[in-house]
Amino acid sequence: MAAKKPGADLLPDREPLRFIDADGRPVKPGKSGGAAMPAPERLLDAHRALVVGRRFDRQATSLVKQGRLAVYPSAHGQEASEVGAILGLRDTDWIFPTYRDSVALVTRGIDPVEVLTLLRGDWHCGYDPVAHRTAPQCTPLATQAPHAVGVGHAARLKGEDTVVLAFLGDGATSEGDFHEAMNFAAVFKSPVIFFVQNNKYAISVPLARQTAAPSLAHKAVGYGMPGVSVDGNDVAAVMAAVTRAADRARKGKGPTLIEAHTYRIEAHTNADDATRYRADDEVAEWRRRDPVDRLTAYLREAGLLDDARAAAVAEEAERVAADLRDRIDDQRPPAPAELFAHVYAEPTAQLREQAALIAEEV
Amino acid sequence: MPATKSATKSAEKSAETSMAQALNAALADALAEDPRVVVFGEDVGPLGGVFRVTDGLTAKFGEDRCFDTPLAESGIVGLAVGMAMNGLRPVVEMQFDAFAYPAFEQIVSHVAKMRNRTRGTIGLPMVIRVPYGGGIGGVEHHCDSSEAYYAHTPGLTVVAPATVADAYALLREAIEHPDPVVFLEPKRLYWAKEEVRLPARGEPFGRAAVRRAGADATLIAYGPTVPVALAAAQEAVAEGWDLEVVDLRTLVPFDDATVTASVMKTGRAVVVSEAQGFAGVAAEIAARVGERCFHALEAPVRRVTGLDIPYPPPKLEHHHLPSVDRVLDAVADLQWEDA
Repeated sequence: MAAKKPGADLLPDREPLRFIDADGRPVKPGKSGGAAMPAPERLLDAHRALVVGRRFDRQATSLVKQGRLAVYPSAHGQEASEVGAILGLRDTDWIFPTYRDSVALVTRGIDPVEVLTLLRGDWHCGYDPVAHRTAPQCTPLATQAPHAVGVGHAARLKGEDTVVLAFLGDGATSEGDFHEAMNFAAVFKSPVIFFVQNNKYAISVPLARQTAAPSLAHKAVGYGMPGVSVDGNDVAAVMAAVTRAADRARKGKGPTLIEAHTYRIEAHTNADDATRYRADDEVAEWRRRDPVDRLTAYLREAGLLDDARAAAVAEEAERVAADLRDRIDDQRPPAPAELFAHVYAEPTAQLREQAALIAEEV
Repeated sequence: MPATKSATKSAEKSAETSMAQALNAALADALAEDPRVVVFGEDVGPLGGVFRVTDGLTAKFGEDRCFDTPLAESGIVGLAVGMAMNGLRPVVEMQFDAFAYPAFEQIVSHVAKMRNRTRGTIGLPMVIRVPYGGGIGGVEHHCDSSEAYYAHTPGLTVVAPATVADAYALLREAIEHPDPVVFLEPKRLYWAKEEVRLPARGEPFGRAAVRRAGADATLIAYGPTVPVALAAAQEAVAEGWDLEVVDLRTLVPFDDATVTASVMKTGRAVVVSEAQGFAGVAAEIAARVGERCFHALEAPVRRVTGLDIPYPPPKLEHHHLPSVDRVLDAVADLQWEDA
């Protein structure tokens, strides 16, 4: 018998992990790679988060069109990835999100108004990152990944069982910091999950221009960590994969790279025109694999979701959207004096001079 | 004479300490006193750093407190950001000035901005040690004076010790500081020795030191050019000039008060900086002195800086570095005939 090639056990399975297919039917057992299907009550939590997240996302997109938000990078189509990642973690775990992960933040329980502060233009980060164990949404691609490793490494040194999840996109896997963070995490056996939402485009540039690797999950083997491929539109599979990676990290076995296959239904932002780089057919095909409809169909078929519960969840989603509409305009930027308050713990003499100048101007 | 015997004798006679040894002592004392302090970088572990500044720290404090990382500067600084976010106080080494550039994005986009982005919720108490500057015969990419990049970035505190005692005191303060510090260690002063009693503590950040009092003109220097300025002041005595030498100690925060007071007194100023001059820290200092001391100035503020060229090869570097002669030439140019 030929010896297995080194690192073969780290490679992703041929098919992405999936529990529920695009039509909402359960996938045959045995094809789930040993991960466990989440319990019914967790699936109902996920359903609630998906419906609320979808409604939030649509509301945010409307707010941009109304000129009440400067910009909004929509997560439409990726909700199962974002919701599943959060629900697969503990509240005490840290996350390092990007600008597209607003649905993840809402799922974490952060006030939607605070989630949108950055995009409303009032301050750079609207929520308390420490209270929510959620780093500021990161714009320079992959630069937050080494921070995730740092939080994880410090946790390990301090004897905490914190796990850290870094959100990344397919484009970010081309950045140097992705490589450096993956390598550091593997060498230090840091409790980190690199969660890549492969939505197939970095603004306009398709995946084929980012990598020639067989898949993004395959990159893990080069660092000596497992690569996991998951259907990013199946929230059950995402939750299971993240939970399994988090358990592994908590046991001191080190990091995991998860590639969640999903799709960005909307353009990059309202300022983008997606028709210039992708075909309508492709978008239609991905709409057919909608993550919210998929779980809903599964739960209905399994008898876990009745009309009353579905109506209650829809009503909650409407309440979240209405509350967001009501309060988003109340947000006012801080007084100009605050521009100088957080540059240093103690403002320098020069900053105090400039603050006095601005105070005179206003 | 056997080397060991001689070494023992000199240790008994005096407490002569090099700057590298003082920095090593500062790291060791910080590690001993504060369990949150961690030291890491390239070759800082068993080797003790290419300049031996971390010598013995891994042996003494263990691999969790002082450790080697993969060879990746952005990763090192990014790791430090996360560790600082999670309650530790990382001190990282960049090995050489020009090797820090891969970490530049981490430094300007995250290290410098985290406190501000989060409205003060997350401060980053971390130190980025950068062996910097030339004058050691180093080949290319080993001798840059990169302070302007850091000083130009709001949110960073930028420190450059010039004496052995200050190297210890400023590094201890940097490690205790609530904000990120870029700590520029003048490579050519690593082996400079002084008799010091450690632990030495000094004036806080933002206070320049008058290293030599004088009445006729002020030499403003920092880091590697402070000894040059002091030597020039010594030679100037023969020319009949009594020069004051101000050592800035920290570029950010900048001590306008001490600099302004000195130039108001002397009426003449020369800024001495090893970095290329154009758009540099010396230009900022000259502008600030001009704005604040215009009516007291007897002559335009002069700058003696490195040339506006990529750092030269070792056999030509003496043309680039500000020398005592060049400083004295600038002093001679300060319109004394009108006095």
